[in-house]
Amino acid sequence: MPSPGDSGAREQWPLWEVFVRSSRGLSHVHAGSLHAPDETMAVRNARDLYTRRNEGVSVWVVRASDITASDPDAKGAFFESPQGKDFRHAIYYTKSEGVAHL
Amino acid sequence: MSVKQRQAPTGIMTPELIETEIKGGLAATDSVGQYALGLGDDALVLAQRLGEWIANGPELEEDIALGNIGLDILGHARSFLTYAGSAWGKTEDDLAYFRSEPEFRCRQLFEQPIGDFAQTIARQLIASVYFDSLYRALMHSADPTLAAIAAKATKEVDYHLDHSTQWLLRLGLGTDESALRMQRGLDAMWPFVAELYSAEPVVESAAASVASVASAASAASVAEDDRGSLEGIAVDPRALRAEFDAVVPLLIEQAGLVVPKTGSVRGGGRLGIHSEAFGPMLAEMQVLARQHPGASW
Repeated sequence: MPSPGDSGAREQWPLWEVFVRSSRGLSHVHAGSLHAPDETMAVRNARDLYTRRNEGVSVWVVRASDITASDPDAKGAFFESPQGKDFRHAIYYTKSEGVAHL
Repeated sequence: MSVKQRQAPTGIMTPELIETEIKGGLAATDSVGQYALGLGDDALVLAQRLGEWIANGPELEEDIALGNIGLDILGHARSFLTYAGSAWGKTEDDLAYFRSEPEFRCRQLFEQPIGDFAQTIARQLIASVYFDSLYRALMHSADPTLAAIAAKATKEVDYHLDHSTQWLLRLGLGTDESALRMQRGLDAMWPFVAELYSAEPVVESAAASVASVASAASAASVAEDDRGSLEGIAVDPRALRAEFDAVVPLLIEQAGLVVPKTGSVRGGGRLGIHSEAFGPMLAEMQVLARQHPGASW
């Protein structure tokens, strides 16, 4: 399966995926991608592109080719199997009689 | 002055804030205005040069990085020029768009053409090392406005210095071609280093005028002279040279390159003497404001 950024002959710098944490206690969230010659410059480019308006306190970059992703064509088998399995949600269950503090 | 000392800025200084203070009565003396004008012109002209990379960068990301650095520096220029203008009732736009070439006070390093990417990085490295030590020293200026502008600028320059250093190392240690170009860039910019670290003429002349007033028989009756001494207010660039010599040659060697041994240009940017490339740059910068005065969008 091709990774994002692998295609295109004119592309010279590798593609990096950028994750930004907006404040302490939250997790890093995917913000977008960019090109950079190496990881050090990728962090700097990410700072320029994705934290211009005080968006972040921390930045992660991952080489796009190092990400293994699910197959977008295998949607059915991958993501539709939970359908009809309502018992996986807490809301499926009714409160039993005589149980206190629920 | 060369001590690596940082003090937390008390407030973020912006050109708009300075403008408000000017409306409230803040005004620079003539000599402080002249000093701020020189610093403002350095920043304005460098920002204009960096702007030439927009849509011309080697990669989109680098285009944005150089544009970002240019805009930071334009912010410094706006603050310095707004403050300088308060000495003569002029706005930042009056000073940027309606002065002619000999009225500009920038040191000649900043007006040099951008050259290739390596030459731009060479200039930016030299400029960032200079700004870094200059603004760290200026943070302790007796003039609170200059100190506040410097306190804001110093954080930004920190990043500019890092950006140039990273690229110096990558180009120097990259391919034969990139090393050759980086070396050529350094060789082209080196002749302007001596002027960058030469004395501030306005500081010298202010000191001389204070001395002559003091030695005059009527000294006691002279009210506080408007062209007062800049002692404690301005930074003497000559005192910052040691820091440049301690940092830059080492970086160049780390990048596998040779410290240039070129001579120095005659200089004189602070006196309004400029190199050939400055006129066309200025024309491009000013044409819109001059053809359509007061234009806004």
